[in-house]
Amino acid sequence: MPIRSDSDIVMIRQKTRVWATEQGFGLVDQTKIVTAASELARNALVYGGGGTVRLEALNDGMRKGLRLTFEDRGPGIPDIELAMKAGYSTGTGLGLGLSGAKRLCNEFDLHSTVGEGTQVTITRWK
Amino acid sequence: MERIPILKMGEFLLVSIQVDMHDRLAMTLQEDLTTRIVSASARGVLIDISSLDTVDSFIGRMLGHVAAMSRILDAETVVVGMRPAVAITLVELGLSLPGIRTALNVEKGMELLRRARKENGRQFGEGPYVPAQD
Repeated sequence: MPIRSDSDIVMIRQKTRVWATEQGFGLVDQTKIVTAASELARNALVYGGGGTVRLEALNDGMRKGLRLTFEDRGPGIPDIELAMKAGYSTGTGLGLGLSGAKRLCNEFDLHSTVGEGTQVTITRWK
Repeated sequence: MERIPILKMGEFLLVSIQVDMHDRLAMTLQEDLTTRIVSASARGVLIDISSLDTVDSFIGRMLGHVAAMSRILDAETVVVGMRPAVAITLVELGLSLPGIRTALNVEKGMELLRRARKENGRQFGEGPYVPAQD
Protein backbone atom coordinates (compact mmCIF):
# COMPACT_ATOMS: atom_id res chain seq x y z
CA MET A 1 0.00 0.00 0.00
CA PRO A 2 1.24 3.49 -0.76
CA ILE A 3 1.89 6.16 1.88
CA ARG A 4 1.50 9.44 0.07
CA SER A 5 -1.04 11.48 2.03
CA ASP A 6 -2.64 11.61 5.45
CA SER A 7 -5.70 9.80 4.11
CA ASP A 8 -3.34 6.90 3.31
CA ILE A 9 -2.43 6.82 7.04
CA VAL A 10 -6.14 6.43 7.86
CA MET A 11 -6.42 3.67 5.24
CA ILE A 12 -3.40 1.84 6.73
CA ARG A 13 -4.95 2.04 10.20
CA GLN A 14 -8.18 0.54 8.90
CA LYS A 15 -6.47 -2.20 6.88
CA THR A 16 -4.24 -3.13 9.84
CA ARG A 17 -7.32 -3.31 12.08
CA VAL A 18 -9.07 -5.69 9.65
CA TRP A 19 -5.99 -7.94 9.33
CA ALA A 20 -5.41 -7.99 13.10
CA THR A 21 -9.04 -8.96 13.65
CA GLU A 22 -8.75 -11.74 11.06
CA GLN A 23 -5.62 -13.03 12.82
CA GLY A 24 -7.70 -13.35 15.98
CA PHE A 25 -5.99 -10.53 17.92
CA GLY A 26 -7.80 -9.31 21.05
CA LEU A 27 -8.96 -5.71 21.26
CA VAL A 28 -5.88 -4.43 23.12
CA ASP A 29 -3.43 -6.15 20.74
CA GLN A 30 -5.37 -4.82 17.75
CA THR A 31 -5.20 -1.30 19.13
CA LYS A 32 -1.47 -1.60 19.81
CA ILE A 33 -0.50 -2.75 16.30
CA VAL A 34 -2.87 -0.25 14.66
CA THR A 35 -1.38 2.59 16.71
CA ALA A 36 2.17 1.47 15.89
CA ALA A 37 1.23 1.30 12.19
CA SER A 38 -0.18 4.82 12.37
CA GLU A 39 3.03 6.18 13.93
CA LEU A 40 5.32 4.51 11.39
CA ALA A 41 3.15 5.46 8.40
CA ARG A 42 3.27 9.08 9.51
CA ASN A 43 7.06 8.88 9.95
CA ALA A 44 7.42 7.53 6.40
CA LEU A 45 5.24 10.37 5.11
CA VAL A 46 6.64 13.28 7.14
CA TYR A 47 10.33 12.33 7.34
CA GLY A 48 10.68 9.98 4.36
CA GLY A 49 8.60 12.02 1.94
CA GLY A 50 6.23 9.08 1.45
CA GLY A 51 6.77 5.39 0.89
CA THR A 52 5.04 2.04 1.05
CA VAL A 53 3.85 -0.48 3.60
CA ARG A 54 3.53 -4.25 3.18
CA LEU A 55 1.27 -6.32 5.41
CA GLU A 56 1.91 -10.02 6.06
CA ALA A 57 -0.20 -12.47 8.02
CA LEU A 58 2.13 -14.88 9.84
CA ASN A 59 1.56 -18.38 11.14
CA ASP A 60 4.53 -20.30 12.55
CA GLY A 61 2.44 -23.31 13.48
CA MET A 62 2.27 -22.33 17.13
CA ARG A 63 0.90 -18.83 16.89
CA LYS A 64 -0.45 -16.24 14.52
CA GLY A 65 1.03 -12.84 13.96
CA LEU A 66 1.05 -9.76 11.84
CA ARG A 67 4.09 -8.15 10.23
CA LEU A 68 4.25 -4.69 8.70
CA THR A 69 7.18 -3.42 6.66
CA PHE A 70 7.46 0.31 6.05
CA GLU A 71 9.81 1.58 3.38
CA ASP A 72 10.72 5.07 2.24
CA ARG A 73 13.35 6.57 0.00
CA GLY A 74 13.86 9.62 2.16
CA PRO A 75 17.05 11.10 3.59
CA GLY A 76 17.60 8.21 6.04
CA ILE A 77 18.42 8.44 9.73
CA PRO A 78 22.02 9.49 10.54
CA ASP A 79 21.91 8.55 14.23
CA ILE A 80 19.53 5.65 14.86
CA GLU A 81 20.29 5.47 18.57
CA LEU A 82 19.29 9.11 18.98
CA ALA A 83 16.20 8.70 16.77
CA MET A 84 15.06 5.81 18.96
CA LYS A 85 15.18 7.92 22.11
CA ALA A 86 11.73 8.76 23.43
CA GLY A 87 11.11 12.46 23.16
CA TYR A 88 13.71 13.10 20.47
CA SER A 89 12.42 14.57 17.23
CA THR A 90 13.93 16.47 14.33
CA GLY A 91 10.44 17.58 13.38
CA THR A 92 7.60 19.14 15.30
CA GLY A 93 6.20 15.90 16.77
CA LEU A 94 6.47 14.52 20.25
CA GLY A 95 9.31 12.19 19.31
CA LEU A 96 7.31 9.12 20.27
CA GLY A 97 6.84 7.59 16.81
CA LEU A 98 9.79 5.19 16.63
CA SER A 99 10.28 4.49 20.32
CA GLY A 100 6.53 4.17 20.87
CA ALA A 101 6.02 1.83 17.92
CA LYS A 102 8.83 -0.36 19.24
CA ARG A 103 7.21 -0.61 22.66
CA LEU A 104 3.86 -1.55 21.11
CA CYS A 105 5.27 -4.55 19.19
CA ASN A 106 7.04 -7.81 19.91
CA GLU A 107 9.72 -7.45 17.23
CA PHE A 108 11.17 -4.29 15.80
CA ASP A 109 13.77 -3.97 13.08
CA LEU A 110 15.14 -0.75 11.62
CA HIS A 111 17.52 -0.29 8.70
CA SER A 112 18.46 3.09 7.41
CA THR A 113 21.04 4.35 4.97
CA VAL A 114 21.69 8.06 4.78
CA GLY A 115 20.69 9.32 1.34
CA GLU A 116 18.87 6.12 0.43
CA GLY A 117 15.99 5.60 2.80
CA THR A 118 14.62 3.78 5.79
CA GLN A 119 13.00 0.40 6.34
CA VAL A 120 11.14 -0.44 9.54
CA THR A 121 9.64 -3.87 10.20
CA ILE A 122 7.34 -4.54 13.14
CA THR A 123 5.79 -7.83 14.21
CA ARG A 124 3.14 -8.50 16.78
CA TRP A 125 2.28 -12.07 17.79
CA LYS A 126 -1.07 -13.08 19.11
CA MET B 1 -14.11 20.95 3.47
CA GLU B 2 -14.72 18.12 5.93
CA ARG B 3 -15.18 19.37 9.52
CA ILE B 4 -16.01 18.00 12.95
CA PRO B 5 -19.10 19.83 14.26
CA ILE B 6 -18.78 21.87 17.46
CA LEU B 7 -21.98 22.25 19.50
CA LYS B 8 -22.58 25.04 22.00
CA MET B 9 -24.40 24.16 25.20
CA GLY B 10 -24.70 27.10 27.58
CA GLU B 11 -21.18 28.24 28.32
CA PHE B 12 -19.62 24.98 27.17
CA LEU B 13 -18.61 23.59 23.79
CA LEU B 14 -19.23 19.96 22.90
CA VAL B 15 -17.37 17.92 20.34
CA SER B 16 -17.93 14.27 19.55
CA ILE B 17 -15.33 12.78 17.25
CA GLN B 18 -17.15 10.08 15.29
CA VAL B 19 -14.74 9.48 12.42
CA ASP B 20 -11.20 8.20 12.08
CA MET B 21 -9.58 11.61 11.67
CA HIS B 22 -6.78 12.19 9.21
CA ASP B 23 -4.11 14.57 10.45
CA ARG B 24 -5.37 17.64 8.60
CA LEU B 25 -8.86 17.16 10.00
CA ALA B 26 -7.41 17.01 13.53
CA MET B 27 -5.53 20.27 12.93
CA THR B 28 -8.71 21.90 11.57
CA LEU B 29 -10.61 20.83 14.69
CA GLN B 30 -7.88 22.30 16.88
CA GLU B 31 -8.11 25.66 15.08
CA ASP B 32 -11.92 25.66 14.98
CA LEU B 33 -12.12 24.94 18.70
CA THR B 34 -9.72 27.72 19.62
CA THR B 35 -11.65 30.19 17.48
CA ARG B 36 -15.02 29.08 18.90
CA ILE B 37 -13.83 29.34 22.52
CA VAL B 38 -13.27 33.03 21.92
CA SER B 39 -16.29 33.78 19.69
CA ALA B 40 -18.69 31.92 21.99
CA SER B 41 -16.97 33.09 25.22
CA ALA B 42 -16.94 29.44 26.22
CA ARG B 43 -15.75 28.47 29.70
CA GLY B 44 -15.34 24.79 29.00
CA VAL B 45 -14.75 22.28 26.20
CA LEU B 46 -15.87 18.68 26.30
CA ILE B 47 -14.36 16.30 23.76
CA ASP B 48 -15.97 12.88 23.43
CA ILE B 49 -13.61 10.26 21.97
CA SER B 50 -15.73 7.18 22.74
CA SER B 51 -16.02 6.38 19.02
CA LEU B 52 -12.25 6.46 18.47
CA ASP B 53 -10.70 2.99 18.39
CA THR B 54 -7.18 4.44 18.00
CA VAL B 55 -5.48 7.49 19.47
CA ASP B 56 -1.92 7.87 18.26
CA SER B 57 0.68 10.47 19.23
CA PHE B 58 -0.66 12.95 16.69
CA ILE B 59 -4.21 12.93 18.06
CA GLY B 60 -2.80 12.87 21.59
CA ARG B 61 -0.75 15.95 20.81
CA MET B 62 -3.80 17.67 19.33
CA LEU B 63 -5.81 16.98 22.51
CA GLY B 64 -2.95 18.35 24.61
CA HIS B 65 -2.77 21.50 22.48
CA VAL B 66 -6.51 22.10 22.77
CA ALA B 67 -6.29 21.74 26.56
CA ALA B 68 -3.34 24.14 26.76
CA MET B 69 -4.88 26.73 24.43
CA SER B 70 -8.25 26.64 26.15
CA ARG B 71 -6.55 27.15 29.51
CA ILE B 72 -4.87 30.29 28.21
CA LEU B 73 -8.29 31.43 26.96
CA ASP B 74 -9.84 30.84 30.41
CA ALA B 75 -11.68 27.65 29.50
CA GLU B 76 -11.29 24.14 30.89
CA THR B 77 -11.02 21.08 28.62
CA VAL B 78 -12.16 17.60 29.54
CA VAL B 79 -11.72 14.52 27.34
CA VAL B 80 -14.34 11.83 27.91
CA GLY B 81 -15.12 8.29 26.84
CA MET B 82 -11.64 6.92 26.22
CA ARG B 83 -11.80 3.18 25.49
CA PRO B 84 -9.78 0.95 27.83
CA ALA B 85 -7.71 -0.49 24.95
CA VAL B 86 -6.85 3.07 23.85
CA ALA B 87 -5.78 4.01 27.40
CA ILE B 88 -3.51 0.95 27.65
CA THR B 89 -1.97 1.69 24.26
CA LEU B 90 -1.40 5.39 25.00
CA VAL B 91 0.47 4.66 28.21
CA GLU B 92 2.62 2.03 26.50
CA LEU B 93 3.29 4.47 23.67
CA GLY B 94 4.70 6.83 26.31
CA LEU B 95 1.87 9.34 26.15
CA SER B 96 0.09 9.90 29.44
CA LEU B 97 -1.67 13.11 28.29
CA PRO B 98 -0.32 15.39 31.02
CA GLY B 99 -2.46 18.45 31.64
CA ILE B 100 -5.59 16.89 30.19
CA ARG B 101 -8.58 16.33 32.43
CA THR B 102 -10.52 13.20 31.66
CA ALA B 103 -13.85 11.71 32.68
CA LEU B 104 -15.46 8.36 31.99
CA ASN B 105 -18.44 9.67 30.04
CA VAL B 106 -20.20 12.82 28.85
CA GLU B 107 -22.33 13.10 31.98
CA LYS B 108 -19.34 12.93 34.34
CA GLY B 109 -17.43 15.28 32.06
CA MET B 110 -20.14 17.93 32.20
CA GLU B 111 -20.22 17.57 35.98
CA LEU B 112 -16.46 18.13 36.08
CA LEU B 113 -16.71 21.25 33.91
CA ARG B 114 -19.49 22.72 36.05
CA ARG B 115 -17.54 22.02 39.22
CA ALA B 116 -14.35 23.53 37.80
CA ARG B 117 -16.35 26.61 36.80
CA LYS B 118 -17.77 27.00 40.31
CA GLU B 119 -14.37 26.58 41.96
CA ASN B 120 -12.84 29.17 39.66
CA GLY B 121 -15.66 31.56 40.43
CA ARG B 122 -15.07 31.13 44.15
CA GLN B 123 -11.35 31.53 43.74
CA PHE B 124 -11.63 34.89 42.02
CA GLY B 125 -14.84 36.07 43.70
CA GLU B 126 -18.22 36.15 41.99
CA GLY B 127 -19.81 39.30 40.70
CA PRO B 128 -18.36 42.40 39.06
CA TYR B 129 -14.99 43.75 40.04
CA VAL B 130 -15.27 46.58 42.57
CA PRO B 131 -12.09 48.52 43.29
CA ALA B 132 -11.21 48.88 46.96
CA GLN B 133 -12.07 52.27 48.52
CA ASP B 134 -9.75 53.96 50.93
